Amino acid sequence: MTKPASVGAVEELPREKIEHFDRELQAILKRYPPDRKAAAMLPALRLGQEVFGYASPAVQRLCADRLGVSAARAEEVATFYVMFHTEPVGAHVVEVCTNVSCSLCGGERIFEYLKKKLALANGQTTRDGRITVREVECLGSCGTAPAMLVDEEMYERLDVQKVEQIVGGLK
Amino acid sequence: MSETLILSKRWGKPNSAALETYRQDGGYAALDKALGMEPGAIVDEVKKSNLRGRGGAGFATGLKWTFLPKDVRPRYLTVNGDESEPGTFKDRYILEHDPHMLVEGIAITCYALDIHRAFVYIRGEFAKQARSLEKAIADARAAGIIGPRLLGKKDFDLEIVVHRGAGAYICGEESALLESLEGKKGYPRLKPPFPAVSGLWAKPTIINNVETIANIPWIIANGGEAFAALGVGKSGGTRLFGVSGHVNRPGVYEKPVAYNLKKLIMEDAGGVVGGRKIKAVIPGGSSSPVLTADEIDISLEFDAVKAAGSMSGSGGVMVFDESTCMVRVLSRISKFYAEESCGQCTPCREGTSWMEGIVHKIESGHATVADVAKLEQISGNILGMTICALGDAAAMPVQSFLKKFKHEFLQHAEEHRCPYGDHGWGLEQSSRAARVGAITY
Repeated sequence: MTKPASVGAVEELPREKIEHFDRELQAILKRYPPDRKAAAMLPALRLGQEVFGYASPAVQRLCADRLGVSAARAEEVATFYVMFHTEPVGAHVVEVCTNVSCSLCGGERIFEYLKKKLALANGQTTRDGRITVREVECLGSCGTAPAMLVDEEMYERLDVQKVEQIVGGLK
Repeated sequence: MSETLILSKRWGKPNSAALETYRQDGGYAALDKALGMEPGAIVDEVKKSNLRGRGGAGFATGLKWTFLPKDVRPRYLTVNGDESEPGTFKDRYILEHDPHMLVEGIAITCYALDIHRAFVYIRGEFAKQARSLEKAIADARAAGIIGPRLLGKKDFDLEIVVHRGAGAYICGEESALLESLEGKKGYPRLKPPFPAVSGLWAKPTIINNVETIANIPWIIANGGEAFAALGVGKSGGTRLFGVSGHVNRPGVYEKPVAYNLKKLIMEDAGGVVGGRKIKAVIPGGSSSPVLTADEIDISLEFDAVKAAGSMSGSGGVMVFDESTCMVRVLSRISKFYAEESCGQCTPCREGTSWMEGIVHKIESGHATVADVAKLEQISGNILGMTICALGDAAAMPVQSFLKKFKHEFLQHAEEHRCPYGDHGWGLEQSSRAARVGAITY
């Protein structure tokens, strides 16, 4: 799809990145019936987040435009699902599960440790923009608890030493 | 007697997720057999198998399939891999270690029900599992197993699409899942109409859990009666039970549907850490009512757990030893449901936050005895008052914790402190090696 974005705010996004987004979106759209483009809203926002850094209002409007729905639809989806970041986040996002099975094995302690080590509250980013830490709900790793996601990849059977190693190794 | 393994028997074998090893182990032979059967005969086998939905509700799968209206097309299959109920962690291992079993199950189901497009909804956090399934689908397509023809012999166009969620527990609820698949926020729909009549894009849609569909190849290969014989009464087959919390060997254990809960915990999962006693068990994911230590010598079969006052749900068994503060546990569970309430219905949107607030107040020692009564009252005003089951899922733990461990709530309120101090989560808080089928993590 090469047609220019019809919404003003999309102009704030870099042109070459929009082209990249549009190319990748074509592959995604193939998965859905041609008359059901709107179904691609979740993958489109995910793609937008990858390409532009986060699901900013401009990214939301870009997705809405390409899928032929209102900007309000894109915004309500972007703000409903916790994996979409509607505010800028750090270069790395560390998400610790503190739900029951994880906390029975030390998950809450790990989250407290990380916040203290990085001097952050839940959801905050280090001043150098490197790491965002946040608490998340059950990750489906209850048998291999405690668990966390780093940049959406799962790390399991954690303890403070392991977390120290993993987070210490983030560039 | 060696136990029959259906779902986990290949876990841990080298390259178990690869098409080549799946075929070497007899994979896709059930699809081949199915293609020689009348579609209606496949549905009959599934009915005979007494397979019940493994996602939580335990509804009879074959019966659900018959709810499709006869003449409406297209129809869709949606496989629910949202797996977000705390304590549940089984579908992910099917996706990781034996994704072709799911692909084969989808192909047979679609052939039986004249469905040409299937969506597998996988929770956003399962990136690795989504990649594993996407590879299996691509490999099956490249090998001509699915695509314009099934197994290269039967003209039957089948498209299987992986759709990833983006972090919302509510999307495991089937109608919210459909909304999410349509590219919207996950607001559950009013039922009826049920999805089998009006589902994805208002077309007839069958929604089955990953584990449910993964059983289909075995049922076709071995017959519905053989599957039914593994269970009791109207529940057939084996199930993947996940055991987590204060046990020596947490993990996923495949057992006959009517396996004993106490045996699962004390023998298979190696008993309780530190040799301590069990205080409580949640038998089917965090929404299922809690059982006390003397209530767990029961069959895990859906109706048996129901008779014991709880639910077998998603098969997620959470174990709490005697050193655990039950107020602390409920506080976390209530926080979860408040966080995950979609906000559509007032009793749930407001009530879950109120419950979270009150339980937290009790746990932190700032509540009075009157707050305990208020908590009970609020939970009663949510139960049965909402569009979907999330409201009930939030209220049931509150009511069962209050019923069975009221003394702990009252003690917190009377002493204005948590008697467990800094050890609300129990004395031992460390990770233990997990068993997942034949694999040790």
